[in-house]
Amino acid sequence: MGHLLEVKDLKVTFALRFGDLTAIDGVSFTLDRKEKLGLVGESGAGKSVTGFSIINLISKPGFISEGKVIFEGLELQSLSDKDIRSIRGNRISMIFQDPMMTLNPVLTIGTQMIETVMAHKKVSKKEAAEIALEKLNKVYIPSPEKRLQQYPHECSGGMRQRIVIAIALLTDPSLIIADEPTTALDVTIQAGIMDLLIELCNTENMGLILITHDLAVVSQVTEKIAVMYAGKIIETGPTDLIVKKPRHPYTKGLIKSLPGAQQPGETLNQIPGMMPTLTDIPKGCAFHPRCEIHESVCTTKIPILQEAGQKDHLAACHLLHKTLEETNGAQSTPEQDN
Amino acid sequence: MQNEKQLLTVKNLVKHFDISGGLLDQLAIQKRKIVRKRTIVKALNDISLEINAGETLGVVGESGCGKSTLARTVLCLYKPNSGEIYYKGNRIDGLNHKEMLPFRTKMQMIFQDPYASLNPRMTVTRTLEEPVLFHDRGLTSREVQQKVADVMEQVGVDPTWSDRYPHEFSGGQRQRISIARALMVDPEFVVADEPVSALDVSIQAQILNLLMEAQQKRGLTYMLITHDLSVVQYFATRVAVLYLGMLCEEAETAELFNAPRHPYTQALLAAIPKLGEKKAKYIKMKGEVPTPINLPSGCVFHGRCPFANERCEREVPSLQKQESRIIACHAVEEGRL
Amino acid sequence: MSDRWSRFRKSYLFYSFKRDPIAIACFSIFIFLVVISFAAPIVAPYNPYDTTTIDIMDSELPPAWMEEGNENFWLGTDIQGRDLYSTMLYGLRTSVIIGIFAVIFQAFVGIVVGLISGYFGGRIDAFLMRITDIQFSIPYLIVAIIASAVFKIAFGANRFEELAIPLLVIIIGMSEWPKYARTVRASVLGEKSKEYVEAARVIGLNNRLIMFRHILPNTLTPVLVISTIQVAQAVMSEAALSFLGLGMPVTKPSLGSLINLGFEYVFSGSWWITLFPGLLLVTFVLVILLLGDWLRDVLNPKLYKG
Repeated sequence: MGHLLEVKDLKVTFALRFGDLTAIDGVSFTLDRKEKLGLVGESGAGKSVTGFSIINLISKPGFISEGKVIFEGLELQSLSDKDIRSIRGNRISMIFQDPMMTLNPVLTIGTQMIETVMAHKKVSKKEAAEIALEKLNKVYIPSPEKRLQQYPHECSGGMRQRIVIAIALLTDPSLIIADEPTTALDVTIQAGIMDLLIELCNTENMGLILITHDLAVVSQVTEKIAVMYAGKIIETGPTDLIVKKPRHPYTKGLIKSLPGAQQPGETLNQIPGMMPTLTDIPKGCAFHPRCEIHESVCTTKIPILQEAGQKDHLAACHLLHKTLEETNGAQSTPEQDN
Repeated sequence: MQNEKQLLTVKNLVKHFDISGGLLDQLAIQKRKIVRKRTIVKALNDISLEINAGETLGVVGESGCGKSTLARTVLCLYKPNSGEIYYKGNRIDGLNHKEMLPFRTKMQMIFQDPYASLNPRMTVTRTLEEPVLFHDRGLTSREVQQKVADVMEQVGVDPTWSDRYPHEFSGGQRQRISIARALMVDPEFVVADEPVSALDVSIQAQILNLLMEAQQKRGLTYMLITHDLSVVQYFATRVAVLYLGMLCEEAETAELFNAPRHPYTQALLAAIPKLGEKKAKYIKMKGEVPTPINLPSGCVFHGRCPFANERCEREVPSLQKQESRIIACHAVEEGRL
Repeated sequence: MSDRWSRFRKSYLFYSFKRDPIAIACFSIFIFLVVISFAAPIVAPYNPYDTTTIDIMDSELPPAWMEEGNENFWLGTDIQGRDLYSTMLYGLRTSVIIGIFAVIFQAFVGIVVGLISGYFGGRIDAFLMRITDIQFSIPYLIVAIIASAVFKIAFGANRFEELAIPLLVIIIGMSEWPKYARTVRASVLGEKSKEYVEAARVIGLNNRLIMFRHILPNTLTPVLVISTIQVAQAVMSEAALSFLGLGMPVTKPSLGSLINLGFEYVFSGSWWITLFPGLLLVTFVLVILLLGDWLRDVLNPKLYKG
């Protein structure tokens, strides 16, 4: 039994005038229906590019140079433009941070939804309108009939994002890729949207890839997490394990640097330095210059994902034996510091 | 009446913005008559606050609640429509430019966007020495240079980079320079408007630590404006929750986070995603967020509040002192909540 | 200083300049023309302003390579017997001076008006912008014709000849400053809401310092781009006015008045008097416009990645 989506050793290269840049280097993961995967990382980690490359939507100088994206048995990376278009926006829907990237400001919401349905399904206009109403109801939009007549600017930010989700549902996709869907929204609105996404995955039998920088949000929504750093997945596994027992020094540092994880008034654990740019990724482990426990092997050899204690929990670090000790030991004692 | 400890006192502050534009934009046709219509954003409605020396007052709220307006009005960048602002007992609203100058060295600000808050045409040195040279302290140029280097060192930016332009720095480093600029005049009070919300998680921790260190070393008083409740919980001594330009609740941080009383505070706290906690038990709020242009009658929160009754629709709740906290809610007042 | 130079050499501006042959060619021609025009007293074989060196018998001689040509005058002579080559060099110098000073004048007025208008806004803005609108709606030639007619009457024809250059600078400057005012105002509106301006106000800087030290330098990129076009425009305006007989007097001809001078004799066969100054004018203006185009592309904030 195959997975809904399988990404294998994906490599995305940008051909620039001063040479090739590898934005994504050997990313692999799988996703089943009703499963929710969180792609977490800071800006520049390559999480959005990964999302875009699944639906083969990388802008020009970039292209998938190696690897496979297998979706419902189809190899997406080798499909023609025409064929991929019948998948993109149909079997796979995407939700962006800014709802106005999806919504056209000069058309009513009804027009946009009906057009989308009719572009993908052979239905009459009336049937299309019914489908639109049904989906608006699914995302809990009050008085949906009225909304169909309105323009995007007449709705609040949270409402727009709900409409975008309704549009994503129109074609009954089996996979939704949500790229920072709530970053621009207030927390009280965010909670509602996340709840909605979780519910829809279960009721509509869909898979969800949630791309975000917010570990806390991901930990509440998803079953699996993949942490990205400098174009690579450096740790992946079930959400509980990643959050409670992270093994990669970067994930550990990230979790400890969250203000919520600390007693008020204590100094926050900070990761020194910053994420390298794609043009000068350090040799060996890309994280080693910021890593407190790095050894000489880290500066020369690129670590690969390996099992970190528990099943399905993988981390790309040479010093996993060290990080395990630290986790057990440092449970109660404060960090011995930088 | 003025407490010794109080550094800054804000009383009944009101700030409205007229965004109706020119006369021609204001004209509209209603019932076959040309009428002049004004569009007024009611950003702050009757806000009163006190900030004690050495503490950090966190001001939280969602977008459009007036927290950034509050920051700028407190620093007298905006002229309030009414209300009073006192700094160490001196009234500072309504002062002219010259009278304000001595307070400018005492009160500084840190901004949200590290890409917009530094002048792109000025080197780091020029940006940092400008406040010192402007408020001429009788320092020789040698001493000014030394001070620039010292402060850069303190905020963790390599002083040898002082001749570079802002675009050569990363977001986190720019935020450090922005903090350095605020520290150059040795202020007592610093308003930080979303100082870390534009930064990556691992950089956020660096900047928060830096702010904390500066507070400890220099005895600074902060007013921390943010939408990120976890930052406030970690950083602030007291927290004020704003909703649509009104103060809902103000209390000691631990008290507020442990036992929020105002229904809005409760909803806000329940909505924070917490690491590792499966599925937030958040409080579903009905209705849409009203805009500050058309403020609801009575309690501004009544439309979304699960506990609202007829009185809430009619009457604006007043701020009540309940033990150590201040709260504006009819339901709490009546003991319904 | 050497530090600045090395920074410039590393800049994107210099990088794209090196890679653009058209820009390099235009820049070289531009510099060459400006240098020889200012060096005219040294480079030119004759001084056309000195009436003692002019012989009326030499008038309307064709270029040296033609049958009736004289080796002493390689581009021929005009109707007064002045060496055309020397006259063109002096003429170009006049054109360049008028063009540059007119643009400085325009830019100064326009930047000040635009800064004040954009920074203070409200009634001041409305008032100043209406004035620029009015100025814009009057064609510059009409302004120039009326102004020069008024000046001519006011100063008398002889005095006007002496004052021709500053007067032309003012006339051309007055008619074109609204372009600067609008451009600057637009960028001031964009800049003044940025946080670094607020930071300057938190420091306590006064409006004058904020306007000139913080906002102005950040609005100069579009000003630089339109300036190149404006220099070309001013040179053209001056030529047009001189062609209409409202500009430089015949005794101190600019390129425009030379073209005008020869124009009457084109049909009697003396085509060179108009053609060579015309070609020089076209080359000069074209070179500036191409440089302006290149500069606009390079400095376009959408393409520019500092």
